[in-house]
Amino acid sequence: MSVTQENAGDLREGIMATPTKQQIGTVLARQGILIAFAVFMIAFTLANPKFLSVDNVFSVVRSSAILGVMALGVTFVVISGNLDLSVGSMMSFSTIVVLDLHDKIGPALAIPAMFAMTLCLGAFIGFLVGYLRLNSLIVTLGMLSAIHGLTLTYSGGQNMDIADKEGTWFSVFGQGTALGIPVPILIFAVLAALLGVVLAKTAFGRKVYAVGGNGTAATFSGIRRARTVFNCYMISAACVATAGLIQASRSLGSQNTVGQGLELEVLAAVILGGASLLGGSGTIFKTVIGVLILGFIQNGLLLLGLQFYVQFVVTWVIIILAVWLDIAAKRGKLWSPIA
Amino acid sequence: MTDPVLRLQDIVKTFPGVRALDGVSFSVMPGEVHALMGENGAGKSTLMKVLGGIYQPDGGDIYMGDWKVVMSGPLEAKAKGIVFIHQELSLAEELSVAENIYLGELPRKSFGRVDWGKLADKTNAILEKLNVGFDARTRVGDLSIANQQMVEIARALTVDAKAVIFDEPTASLTDAEKSVLFDVIADLKKDGVGIVYISHRMEEIFKITDRISILRDGQYQGTLATVETNEEAVTQLMIGRKLDLSRNASHHKLGDVALEVRGLSCGKLYRDVSFEVRRGEVVGFYGLVGAGRTEIAETLFGLRGPSAGQILLDGEEVSIASPAEAIARGISLVPEDRKGQGLILGMNCRDNMTLPQVDDLKAGPFVAEGAEVAIFDKYRDQLDIRTPNWKSRVGNLSGGNQQKIVIGKWLSMHPKVLIVDEPTRGIDVGSKSEIHKLLRELASQGYAVMVISSEMPEVLHVSDRIVAMYSGCIMRTFTSEEVTEDNLIQAISGLGGDRAA
Repeated sequence: MSVTQENAGDLREGIMATPTKQQIGTVLARQGILIAFAVFMIAFTLANPKFLSVDNVFSVVRSSAILGVMALGVTFVVISGNLDLSVGSMMSFSTIVVLDLHDKIGPALAIPAMFAMTLCLGAFIGFLVGYLRLNSLIVTLGMLSAIHGLTLTYSGGQNMDIADKEGTWFSVFGQGTALGIPVPILIFAVLAALLGVVLAKTAFGRKVYAVGGNGTAATFSGIRRARTVFNCYMISAACVATAGLIQASRSLGSQNTVGQGLELEVLAAVILGGASLLGGSGTIFKTVIGVLILGFIQNGLLLLGLQFYVQFVVTWVIIILAVWLDIAAKRGKLWSPIA
Repeated sequence: MTDPVLRLQDIVKTFPGVRALDGVSFSVMPGEVHALMGENGAGKSTLMKVLGGIYQPDGGDIYMGDWKVVMSGPLEAKAKGIVFIHQELSLAEELSVAENIYLGELPRKSFGRVDWGKLADKTNAILEKLNVGFDARTRVGDLSIANQQMVEIARALTVDAKAVIFDEPTASLTDAEKSVLFDVIADLKKDGVGIVYISHRMEEIFKITDRISILRDGQYQGTLATVETNEEAVTQLMIGRKLDLSRNASHHKLGDVALEVRGLSCGKLYRDVSFEVRRGEVVGFYGLVGAGRTEIAETLFGLRGPSAGQILLDGEEVSIASPAEAIARGISLVPEDRKGQGLILGMNCRDNMTLPQVDDLKAGPFVAEGAEVAIFDKYRDQLDIRTPNWKSRVGNLSGGNQQKIVIGKWLSMHPKVLIVDEPTRGIDVGSKSEIHKLLRELASQGYAVMVISSEMPEVLHVSDRIVAMYSGCIMRTFTSEEVTEDNLIQAISGLGGDRAA
């Protein structure tokens, strides 16, 4: 624990005390993304005037709601300095489970049962990452596969469908409207507001930032790190369950792989919003912006007539760009190869 | 008379706010072991970094033989035959001894294949010279620390070393391992290599060195022939400044015992440690790096479980399993690594300061931000923290102000016992004396304060009593009347000092 650093400390002091290239870089990098987004929006609107129409905007937000709800939870995990790559397959699990139980025990019981089961998965991950201090990348990558297997075992590999698709109130979460607004958008908005307040205003939220910003210093301030990380994964699982509910309710039937690949899109949205993968920074508002940016980009490409599959490549490009800009902002320069 | 292998002449090096080296001269003759001594912060490391090309001097010259040289970087220093054996080892644990020694210059065969046979032969030839009990193919991670150090030395021998610099080489060695090291040094000496030996340990210095040079506050104090001098004379030169030794023994009446430790041990880190701290008292803990002081603080703060012994708070035995528990019981720690352990640099000042009590500051379901600002304002004024407002990122403050944020964080918790580890490390001189004053004030307000410091003037200045530690044991506890620089430095070097634990 003892480090001798006689003058190194002084040197760094000098660097820390002046406000910095770093900050300027950060601002540039963040705005870089917003500027690129603005240019993109203008170009697409010029190319296709329908792009910014009310209908299209509504449809983008609506189709982004499921992704968005998941991204809200992952924001907590990322700010705490961890990753959650299991949300895609966990969402498939929730969707399949709630559809199956719908016909067996009725929707009123199926929904809480599905939430309970999904939260168990979240608790398991939270235990492994928080209390056993295993690397979150490895744990959640493993869980991505394990939960997929669990889902297939549960469903026997069959698609899951609700028998009576016309006569169930269950469809309200995915297809209903309230006050003229589609319910998925409402859920997303309410959840975003709620979790935004939790993150920004409560003691728990403060601890999430502290643990992600400097876990050691958080421990030295008496914060129980394991519990904080555990709770982040519980929030993430609750969001995934909500997303699964919307998904199931929207389609009333589903394949086992409905959430496949979503983990990357969710991560892209969170990073795009400006949360650092190293933890300690990000907000719910920024994540919502990230979700919308991603949604509009994907929608714009479709309107241009590009095949749906191009999205997968585009998502990758966005992740790489966002990570690069994030890291470049920290280093203060774009180009800094390993010496 | 032969020429020195290495001569540093009037070296000057300044850092913002500090004149780290002020015209220091130093030379090493071939076949000589030359000790470089001085307190922490005296400039030894800086001087060696200048020699190694890590820092460029602002003034002065380096000569090798008759030649003036410029050390543009570590590689150049190595090419010129100057080799460093560092306190902290820099080996790749997963690689073999031979690979570590010849890393970057492995012998090759055609198509870039490594010539393993030749590599092993070359390595074993060197290892034989060192008379060590392992061979070229041993994985470095499987070796003891002492043997890993031997690998570093072997690496030094692969180049045609003219001067070898040992920086606290015996810090982690057992007696048997030390004697092997000293044999190696004797061999190098026979081969005409010049050796710079940096250590705090008087015993070793007088055993193996020929001359001793002393630095103090970045200034050269003189060079003594080892046989013609003694510990007192060296000590005198190391600390002989006019210290602000207005001893600060408390004039107020001390309160009850707040913290008592009985027979506390933690494996090899420290053994059978007993002491008490009263309300209104500052107890200084002085010793070399690795003497076990920080580890005791970590145990008291719930970070490191003890293997034996008792901790009593207000006379009641407690067990402390986590920092959260320590804080709840009224123990606070200002850690030695301010940036790594004390602060969340990306967070603002207010949030850092109120972090330990964020659960208790409630306005309904939310954090009471108004109360937080009030706490911040109170301690900003009390501690004179200079920052535009609470929203500033802590990372943008100067070291002194950062340290005050950490201190304010704990004061706002009203602890029973405040432990401060290296209160002024990396802090400029002005803030230093402010923090010293603050520690005294806290005592007079009735806090029980433990100060761990590696700087002698600091412990002397702030402490009512001083606990001197050497390699995990308390050697002696001094009152401020009986302590002198001499008896203190002897106690922490493992010399003199009654073993009163």
